[in-house]
Amino acid sequence: MPETLFDKVWNRHVVTPETPDTPSVLYVDLHLVHEVTSPQAFSEIEARGLSVRRPDRTFATLDHSTPTLPAVDGVRPYVTPEARSQVERLEANCARHGIRLAGWGSEDRGVVHVMGPELGLTRPGMTVVCGDSHTATHGAFGALAFGIGTSEVGHVLATQCLLQRKPKTMRVTVTGRLQPGVSGKDMALAIIARLGFGGGTGHVIEYAGEAVRALDMEGRMTLCNMSIEAGARAGMIAPDPVTVAWLQGRRHAPSGEAFGRAAADWLTLRSDPGAVFDSEIEIDGNAIRPMATWGTTPDAGSPVGAPVPEPRDATGARALAYMGFTAGEPTTGHRVDVVFVGSCTNGRLPDLRAAADVLRGRKVSPGVRMLVVPGSEAVRRDAEAEGLDRVFIDAGAEWRLPGCSMCIAMNGDFVGPGQLAVSTSNRNFEGRQGKGARTILASPATAAASAVAGVLTDPRAYLKEGVDA
Amino acid sequence: MPEPLQVLTSKCVVLSQANIDTDQIIPARFLTTTSREGLGKAAFYDWRYEADGSPKPEAVLNRIDPAERRILLAGPNFACGSSREHAPWALADYGFRAVISTSIADIFTSNALKTGLLPIEVDQAVWDDLAAFPDHPVTIDLEAGEIRRGNAAPTPFTVERFARRCLLDGVDTLGWLQARLPDIAAFEAAHDMETA
Repeated sequence: MPETLFDKVWNRHVVTPETPDTPSVLYVDLHLVHEVTSPQAFSEIEARGLSVRRPDRTFATLDHSTPTLPAVDGVRPYVTPEARSQVERLEANCARHGIRLAGWGSEDRGVVHVMGPELGLTRPGMTVVCGDSHTATHGAFGALAFGIGTSEVGHVLATQCLLQRKPKTMRVTVTGRLQPGVSGKDMALAIIARLGFGGGTGHVIEYAGEAVRALDMEGRMTLCNMSIEAGARAGMIAPDPVTVAWLQGRRHAPSGEAFGRAAADWLTLRSDPGAVFDSEIEIDGNAIRPMATWGTTPDAGSPVGAPVPEPRDATGARALAYMGFTAGEPTTGHRVDVVFVGSCTNGRLPDLRAAADVLRGRKVSPGVRMLVVPGSEAVRRDAEAEGLDRVFIDAGAEWRLPGCSMCIAMNGDFVGPGQLAVSTSNRNFEGRQGKGARTILASPATAAASAVAGVLTDPRAYLKEGVDA
Repeated sequence: MPEPLQVLTSKCVVLSQANIDTDQIIPARFLTTTSREGLGKAAFYDWRYEADGSPKPEAVLNRIDPAERRILLAGPNFACGSSREHAPWALADYGFRAVISTSIADIFTSNALKTGLLPIEVDQAVWDDLAAFPDHPVTIDLEAGEIRRGNAAPTPFTVERFARRCLLDGVDTLGWLQARLPDIAAFEAAHDMETA
């Protein structure tokens, strides 16, 4: 019986199989923890007198509630005392339970889904969970990775397992090649526009096809990251030589002969010929253009410059009214107030390079506030070593410390009421980036081009190579 | 551990908008809490309160008595977005014990069941019928797996069987998992070798 990539990873982790009355007990290889969704889980297990079963399979970071401005006189500028106390709670919980924490002062600290792969904690064939819906990011390595709630965080802390029913599978095949100036983010937005916001609910998506294979690991992470925006808990890409090369030399990856043995195993993790998916769709990668959203759901996206479609229902009309856009007109005529480059979707080095390539020698338009937030301390170091920070600062953008920042806007970085933002993050919900904030989701290159132009702009006009539009 | 839930009879609150996401249910700025208590105030905060904190009189959730209306009838793709369990905590603390929609996001469903907030998916015709009469009491019978209202024929619904048992009998999920620890240890011994 031919198996899918998902089947292979799932089957390796079934402790006890599901029955009509009970779900499978599924083993978790890597549990990533952050400050927002974990405190109540630690409280729960401690109230029961339980300990963390596998601190060696648990790794924590500080990212959501953390300020991205540096400490002043040794005092970090937390948005509220609650934010500070949430961070301190995780520090105390990790110390008490022997969990490694990439905390303040650690050169490893970063947004959880940037940090995990960077350190080689995420590897092909693993099960990876975190109390965070963008955990699907790690599926770019051929891991089965999904977000869980806080009760389940407690389950994993105490037992290293979860109760799970087997989800359905979907394969999304992207044929052809992406055009210059078109990125993994544009591919993700195009796929979500096709599937619809809830189109992947109940499914694990495998991304396949020539255009997916041609993405670098960071592009693959961006693609898998946004699976939840189509309702899918997990997205996966089969490991290949690109995956293996990316992992070699990472701190927590195997080394020496063990790496060779592991890599040989990883390369077996692919859907067998003839494997059957519950549903399949195919998308022409050649036809994908730089994408931007016009509504308040991530599936409300179209090529930059395309007219906004007529709303289909009251919900669509409400979205247009919230955004201040008019059906039949492109959104490229609206003045942009804020540009945000960063997040677990687009806060990695190639994302920053793509934005810097547009900004180099140019200026952020007067009246636009641009924030560039590296996804991790490692990204920050690498970017500064290349001089990207100077490119951003010289262009008039702010260069910040790593964190989730304006993506979830709970650390004091936010878009003001009524302001229009072009953001490389993952959600354009009403108020997501701040109460009353209006969000256009786009790629780093599109965000940077929009910062320069002061309106939403196709980045290909700013790139050196000739472009076949 | 959630309170057992066998039968619930209540009127409904209708929020018919599609894609009500977790940032609407509880905005992220309320997530800096380290407790799961008292989040009812934050439920749909930006729908219910002005920027200065004064209640919006027109907001439906400010006009009703939550104790009378414990069923939320929500538009499709309800609770899409984040994995924050704060969403069902906030809804439950506000007063809801069940959510009925034509489709509900996966992670929210899982979280709601663990919170004692029963998520139920029905087809559009049933949803329309319920939404037409929000002031008529509806009975949700989890043991029988049916929704009853007025003279209409009962509407069957399904809930994942283990979660249903947990809700009906007050089974403690974490306790149940702990009872599997011998199996987990045996699995781990072999698995650690393979993945070392």
